[in-house]
Amino acid sequence: MEKYLSLFTEYNIPAAFWVNIQLTFWAAIGALVLGTVLAMMRISPVRSFAAFGTGYVNIIRNTPLTIILLFGVLALYNQLGFTLSSDFDQNFFNLAVMGLAIYHAAFVCEAIRSGVNTVPVGQAEAARAIGLSFFPAAREVILPQAFRGSVVPLGNVLIALIKNSTVAAVSSVAIEASSVMKQMLEFESNLIIPIFATFAIGFVIIVIPVGVLTTWLSKKLAVAR
Amino acid sequence: MNPTVSAIPGFTGYVMVKLGNDLAYVGRKVRMIQLTSAKVFHMSTDSTVSSAGSQTTPIVKLTDVNKHYGPLHVLQNINLEVTKGEVVVVLGPSGSGKSTLCRTINRLETIDTGSIQIDGEVLPEEGKALANLRADVGMVFQSFNLFAHKSILENVTLGPIKVKGMKKAEATTLAISLLERVGVANQKDKLPAQLSGGQQQRVAIARALAMKPKVMLFDEPTSALDPEMINEVLDTMIGLAKEGMTMIVVTHEMGFARKAADRVIFMADGQIVEQATPEQFFTNPQSARAKDFLGKLITN
Repeated sequence: MEKYLSLFTEYNIPAAFWVNIQLTFWAAIGALVLGTVLAMMRISPVRSFAAFGTGYVNIIRNTPLTIILLFGVLALYNQLGFTLSSDFDQNFFNLAVMGLAIYHAAFVCEAIRSGVNTVPVGQAEAARAIGLSFFPAAREVILPQAFRGSVVPLGNVLIALIKNSTVAAVSSVAIEASSVMKQMLEFESNLIIPIFATFAIGFVIIVIPVGVLTTWLSKKLAVAR
Repeated sequence: MNPTVSAIPGFTGYVMVKLGNDLAYVGRKVRMIQLTSAKVFHMSTDSTVSSAGSQTTPIVKLTDVNKHYGPLHVLQNINLEVTKGEVVVVLGPSGSGKSTLCRTINRLETIDTGSIQIDGEVLPEEGKALANLRADVGMVFQSFNLFAHKSILENVTLGPIKVKGMKKAEATTLAISLLERVGVANQKDKLPAQLSGGQQQRVAIARALAMKPKVMLFDEPTSALDPEMINEVLDTMIGLAKEGMTMIVVTHEMGFARKAADRVIFMADGQIVEQATPEQFFTNPQSARAKDFLGKLITN
């Protein structure tokens, strides 16, 4: 037991989780913005926009996250010299955020589209009937209701994103949870089960409140019809 | 029972005679006629004034309009002109294309061939020009379609602010005066779901009026309402007709047609089968299809 407790002084486990939370936070913002734009493209009457949105979702959603993050580091950074920060570590962090945002934007798009489907078609017709064109109608009438209707699927995307943030390990973000766990497993081979349990429980503690919060929010924000 | 004699609003030259049983075939709608018959004389004088001042420019003009839903030819060579201040009621059995006709006029439904003009302008196919033209055409839906996440007041101010660029304070003043007119100003801070159907539909009318439309389309405005709420909506519509609003009303309310219409259009199987004044249509329908339709109303 003492041996186990000493892990917490030897390794900064909370700091590792904090990196994942930061990755999640920035990637969630990026994915939300990009996913909303994609969702608007997919529901837009302009064929080429809709086709682009559909293409993006189908390609990115069906590509493994590891491939996308590795591409960011090995192709964009190593081969093309693409950087997002002059600071060495920050650059990897930013690349990981970008990859996570690009990947999860596809899921956010689909979550919002499922929310759009909860908005009765009459709402869009009424918006058009008073003379609102596509963007004002989307901004004022459709999307506010669609977001309220997509709280639960968006929460699920966020939960997936929290867990997927550990894939940033392949993107050379060295101090996030899965990288720290890897180090600990290498050096503390007699404690592998407690180490695994520590990280598993850590994620459970982070994820469960998100689930509870989204359920509560979806009830609170539900549009009365 | 003594017959009640009253002038028909919206057109001049003859009167409607209501005997106890004569209008019984319109079922519950009879009640509305009885309840509001006192207002009828006022309306007839008002509409005489407005029809004298009306112009001959058609506000809505449909020329050879055709539309198909797959193999179903839902609108067949529709030609229709509605002049300023005219109240046109579209009647017909379910599936006759009357709702579709109404929805093509602001292009919520596209058409295959033909043309639709609003106040002399051909209805654009898409984009900003279409949005601008739609702003001139008010629409009231069967299912109200109030913006569910916005307050009653916001429902009415949204169009003036976002489409016409009106200042918020000005739009609020306009909205409150319109909500007062339809009798729901005291509900202005509530959400649509907190109102009764009749109140919601009156808000929907106020929302359409806030755009100062050239013509108002009503797509079965009372069909989703409980019977006791139908009158409040119909009274609001009669008030509008009285003020000279150009209206196209798809409805099953024969009482409204008799009372407020200048012209009744009878549709069946995607065609305009008959057009007449309400009196002519209800007392002496020409086509077999219309006779059959009215006959079914009498038997139930």
